[in-house]
Amino acid sequence: MSTTTSIDVASSNATLRAFLHGLPGVDRVGADGRAAMLGTRSIKTTAKRQAIDLAISMVDLTTLEGADTPGKVRAMCAKAVHPDPANPDVPKVAAVCVYPDLVAEAVPAVRGSGVKVASVATAFPSGRSSLEVKVTDTALAVAAGADEVDMVIDRGAFLAGDYLKVYEEIVAIKAACGPAHLKVILETGELSTYDNVRRASWLAMLAGGDFIKTSTGKVQPAATLPVTLVMLEAVRDFLAATGRKVGVKPAGGIRTTKDAIKMLVLVNETVGDGWLHPDWFRLGASSVLNDLLMQRQKQDTGRYSGPDYFTLD
Amino acid sequence: MMFEYAPAPESRDIVDIRSSYGMFVDGDFVDGTGPSFKTINPATEEPLAEIAGASAEDVDRAVQAARKAFAVWSAMPGAERAKYLFRIARIIQERARELAVLESLDNGKPIRESRDVDLPLVAAHFFYYAGWADKLEYAGYGTRPIGVAGQVIPWNFPLLMLAWKVAPALACGNTVVLKPAETTPLTALLFAEICRQADLPPGVVNIVTGAGDVGAAVVAHPDVNKVAFTGSTEVGRLIARNVAGTAKKLTLELGGKAANIVYADAAIDQAVEGIVNGIFFNQGHVCCAGSRLLVQESVAGELLESLKRRLGTLRLGDPLDKNTDIGAINSAAQLAKIRELSEIGDQEGAERWSPPCAIPERGYWFPPTVFTGVAQSHRIAREEIFGPVLSVLTFRTPEEAVQKANNTPYGLSAGVWTEKASLMLWTADRLRAGVVWSNTFNRFDPASPFGGYKESGYGREGGRHGLEAYLAT
Amino acid sequence: MVWRPTLPRDARESVERLAVRKTYKLFIGGAFPRSESGRSYAVTSSKGEFLANASKASRKDARDAVVAARKAFGGWSGATAYNRGQVIYRIAEMLEGRRAQFAAELVAADGVSAKKAGELVDAAVDRLVWYAGWSDKISAIRGSANPVAGPYFNLSSTEPTGVVAVVAPPMGPLLGLVSVVVPVIVTGNTCVVVASGRAPLPSVTLAEVLATSDLPGGVVNILTGDAAELAPWLAGHMDVNGIDLTGAAPELAVACEQLAAENLKRVIRPPDGEIDWLADPGTGRMTAFLETKTVWHPIGV
Repeated sequence: MSTTTSIDVASSNATLRAFLHGLPGVDRVGADGRAAMLGTRSIKTTAKRQAIDLAISMVDLTTLEGADTPGKVRAMCAKAVHPDPANPDVPKVAAVCVYPDLVAEAVPAVRGSGVKVASVATAFPSGRSSLEVKVTDTALAVAAGADEVDMVIDRGAFLAGDYLKVYEEIVAIKAACGPAHLKVILETGELSTYDNVRRASWLAMLAGGDFIKTSTGKVQPAATLPVTLVMLEAVRDFLAATGRKVGVKPAGGIRTTKDAIKMLVLVNETVGDGWLHPDWFRLGASSVLNDLLMQRQKQDTGRYSGPDYFTLD
Repeated sequence: MMFEYAPAPESRDIVDIRSSYGMFVDGDFVDGTGPSFKTINPATEEPLAEIAGASAEDVDRAVQAARKAFAVWSAMPGAERAKYLFRIARIIQERARELAVLESLDNGKPIRESRDVDLPLVAAHFFYYAGWADKLEYAGYGTRPIGVAGQVIPWNFPLLMLAWKVAPALACGNTVVLKPAETTPLTALLFAEICRQADLPPGVVNIVTGAGDVGAAVVAHPDVNKVAFTGSTEVGRLIARNVAGTAKKLTLELGGKAANIVYADAAIDQAVEGIVNGIFFNQGHVCCAGSRLLVQESVAGELLESLKRRLGTLRLGDPLDKNTDIGAINSAAQLAKIRELSEIGDQEGAERWSPPCAIPERGYWFPPTVFTGVAQSHRIAREEIFGPVLSVLTFRTPEEAVQKANNTPYGLSAGVWTEKASLMLWTADRLRAGVVWSNTFNRFDPASPFGGYKESGYGREGGRHGLEAYLAT
Repeated sequence: MVWRPTLPRDARESVERLAVRKTYKLFIGGAFPRSESGRSYAVTSSKGEFLANASKASRKDARDAVVAARKAFGGWSGATAYNRGQVIYRIAEMLEGRRAQFAAELVAADGVSAKKAGELVDAAVDRLVWYAGWSDKISAIRGSANPVAGPYFNLSSTEPTGVVAVVAPPMGPLLGLVSVVVPVIVTGNTCVVVASGRAPLPSVTLAEVLATSDLPGGVVNILTGDAAELAPWLAGHMDVNGIDLTGAAPELAVACEQLAAENLKRVIRPPDGEIDWLADPGTGRMTAFLETKTVWHPIGV
C-alpha cells in the first residue's frame, strides 16, 4: 500500500508539492488551545506512578555535546541501564543517543540490557553537507552498532520547496540504515508553521521513516506540546491511510515530570494507547530522568527528595 | 498499555456552604416571605442548601432599596463607581477557586470549565466595565443612567451571566435587582457577600431568589426602568409582551440553534475540536451552542469518523474531578427535556450515536450524543435542545450551507470552518447571526459584543455596545 | 390636389379645460396596484374639500407588501453602502425636481401656507441628502474592532435587521414620512409603510419619486388606508423583523408592541409628545433597526 502511494506521490517535486499542500491545514490557535487544554489534565496517585515509569521507559537518554568523551558516554550508559541504582524496580530507559563516533563506546556499555543505542547522523544538527557524507555518516554509525539512527532533514531544501530532494535524501539514508530504525528529525523550530510540520511529517513517513522526531535540541522552540500534537495527528492519519504505523519522538525542552506526563496525556488522547509504548513513543531528553526519579521517590516515601540523592550522569 | 487517570477531585472544603441562605436586600441578607426552596447538587441529587423565596412584597422592597440607592449611586462620580467595580473584580479573583467549586456543585459543570472559563471571564467582565464607568462620555450613548434595572438570569452560567448583567449596569450608574435561576442561586448569594466585602453601598445590588414568578414580579414591577433577561425565547416573548406600553427599556438574550458550517477545505483537526467545544462545552447548556453541524458532503464521512473518535475521549462524570469534560445536566426537568427531544430524533428517523460512556448511578446525566441523517425538517434540527446533542446535516455548495444555516427563527451565533479567507468572509457576511466564530467556536470576551438576531433577542452584552442597554439614549 | 391642415382651435380660449386627475394607488414591489379589496376612501383637504379617492389597503395588501419587501431585502442589503447612498441621493434629486408639485399637495393636504409648504419640501430634500451620506458611515461609528484577550481578530459591524414595518406619523405627510422611511432603508432594510391616514396623497406622490429614482422595487412599499386596521397585521407578521410605531395612536401602539413580541421584533415606541421634524434627527432611527454582528477569527501562522 505505502509503496504504491509513495511512488505515485513522489514521482516529481510537483506531485509531492500537490500532495503535501493538499493535506488539511492546521490552525495554530486551535492546535495551541487543544494542547493547552490537555496540559491541564491532572494526573495523580496511581496514574502518576504509572506515567512516571512509562516515561522513564520511553526516554532516549541523550548527550550531544562537542565535549562528549568516552567516559561521559559510558557513565550515561550506566545510568540508562540502572537509572536509580538503589532501586531495581525502576525501569531502564529506551535508548541512549550519542554522536556517531561515540557509538562504539556506547554499544558495549549497554550490551545485554535491552537499552538501544541511537546515533544522530547526517551532519547533525544542521544537516548541511553532501548526501555522500550523510550516507557515509549513517553507514558508519550503523556499522559501529547503532540500533537506531536519528537523521535531520534538509530544512533548507524543505523551505525552498524542494520536497523531492528532502524525500530522496530520507530514502537514501533509510537504505543506508539497513536493519537500524530510522528516526527523522524535522527540526520543527526552523519550519515555523504547523502546516509545515504536518507536511514534513508526511514527507518523512512517505519516504520510509520509522519515527518522526521534533527537534535536534539545538534550536528553540523544540518539542512543544502543539508541535507534538500535530505530529501525533500525522502518524494517526498516516496509519489510517497506509496501514503503516510510525512512531513519534519529541526531543528538546522536556525537563520536568510534568512536561513528560503532559506528553503522555497528549499521546493517550490523540492516538490512544497503541502508541503508549517505547516502540512507538520516545522522549528525547536527559535532565528529565532525574526529575522523574525524584517524583517517583516522593511517591514511594511521601516526602520530597533532593538532587543529591540521584546521580548526575 | 492503558493509561487510566486516577480520580483528581478538586477539594470541596474550600467553600463553606451554609445550610440556609436569605435574599440580599439593601445590603443585608434577609428572610423571604415567599416559599423557601432547596438547591441541589445535580451530580448527586443531594440538597446543598435551603434558599429563601421572595414574595411580591419582597421584590417590592428590593426595588425600593434599589431606587433609594440609585440617588446615591448615580450621583457618584464615575471614577468612584469604577473603584468599587475594580474592588469587586479583585475580590472575585481572590476567591475564584471558592466560586468555581461552588458553581460546579450547584450547576453540575466541570470544574475545569468553571475554573478556566467562567471565573476568569467573570473577573474580566468586572474589570472591563469598571474601566468604562468614568469614560461614558466617550462611548457615544450619553452618560445618563436609566434607573433601577430588573435582571433575570439563567442557570447555565450563573455567575458569568450575573457579571454580564451587573457590571455594565453598575458602571453606567444604575442599581439592580437581580433574580438568579432557582436551580443555581448559590454563587449569586456569594457574590452578595463579595459586594459587602467591597463596601458597596447598600441597595446598589439586590438579589431576590425564587422561581419564575419572582422573575415575573421583577420584570413587571412598575418602578423598574430597565429589564434585562437571558433565558428561553418562550419567556423572552412573555417579557416583551409584559413591558409593551411601558417606558421600560428591554434587552433580551434568548435561545439559539447555531449552525457550525464545515467546508471541505477546513483544518479538520481544529474543526473537530471546534465542533466538540461548540456543542459539548457546558453539557450543551449554551444558548449559542453549535447544535447543528453542517458539513460539506464531500468530507462528511471523514469528518464524522474523526469526530466520533474524538468523542470517545470525552470524560463524563464527577464535575469536581479536574479531568472531567462533561458534567451533570443541571436539573431533572432539563434532563427530561433532552431525553424527550432525543427520542423524537429517533422517531423522526435520525440515527443516534454516543460513545461508550459509563453513566453515574445518581444524579442527572446525558451522554454526548450525535444524530446523523438529520434533515432540516426534523425537530432536533429546529428546536433548541440545550443539551449535549449534536444534529449533523450535510450541504453541497456554499449557497446551500448559508441557506440552511439561516433557515431558523433564531440568529444568535454561527460557526464557519475554511482555510480560504474569501470564502470565510463571504459566509460570515451572509450568516444572520450576532456572533460568527470562524475557525473557532464558543469564544467569549468582555470586550466583544454578544447577542442575537431575530428570535434570539435584542441588545448586546459586552464591549462598548453593552453600555447602550444601561444608558438613557 | 393639395392638402392643407386646418389650424387647431385653442380650446382654452372658450371652454375651461377639465383637469386629468391622478389615481392614487398603493405602491408594492415597485408597481402601483389598487387594493386587492377594491376599497377606496375619500381624502379631503384640511378645509374639507374632496381631493381624491385613495386606495384603502387591506391585510392582504399588507401581506403582499411584506412578501415584496422580503424579496427585495437580499439585493438591497447586499448592495454596497456607497450604492445605497447614491440611490438615496437620487431620491433627493427627484424630489427637488418636483418641489412645486409637493408644495402644492402639502398646501392642499395639510393646510399649511405655500411658504411653509416650500420649507417642508426643502427640509425633506435636505433630510434625504443627510441620510444618503450615512449609508457608508453608520457602521464606522457603530461598529468596533474589539481588543479581546487572546490571539483573535474580533470585529463588530452593523447589518440591517430585515423587513421593517413603519407606521408613519399622521402629521407631517411628507417630511415626517421621509424622516421615518429613509433611516430604515439607508442601512439596507426594506420596509412596508402605512402612510398617514389623514393625508395620504403626498405619500403616493413620493412613491412616484421612488419609482423613478433607481430604488429597487420592493425596498419601500407604501400602503394607504387605516393604520388601526393594517398595523396589527404587520406587528403580528412573523416575517417582519421590526416595527416603527411612531405614527400609532397610544392604544394601537400598545397592542402592536404586544403582537410584535411574538417574534421579538425590534420596536420603536411612539414619542411622548409631538415630534419636531425640523430638528436634528440623530442616529436613533437608524440604529433601532441595525443588528451588530461580531466576527471572530484566530490569528496565527
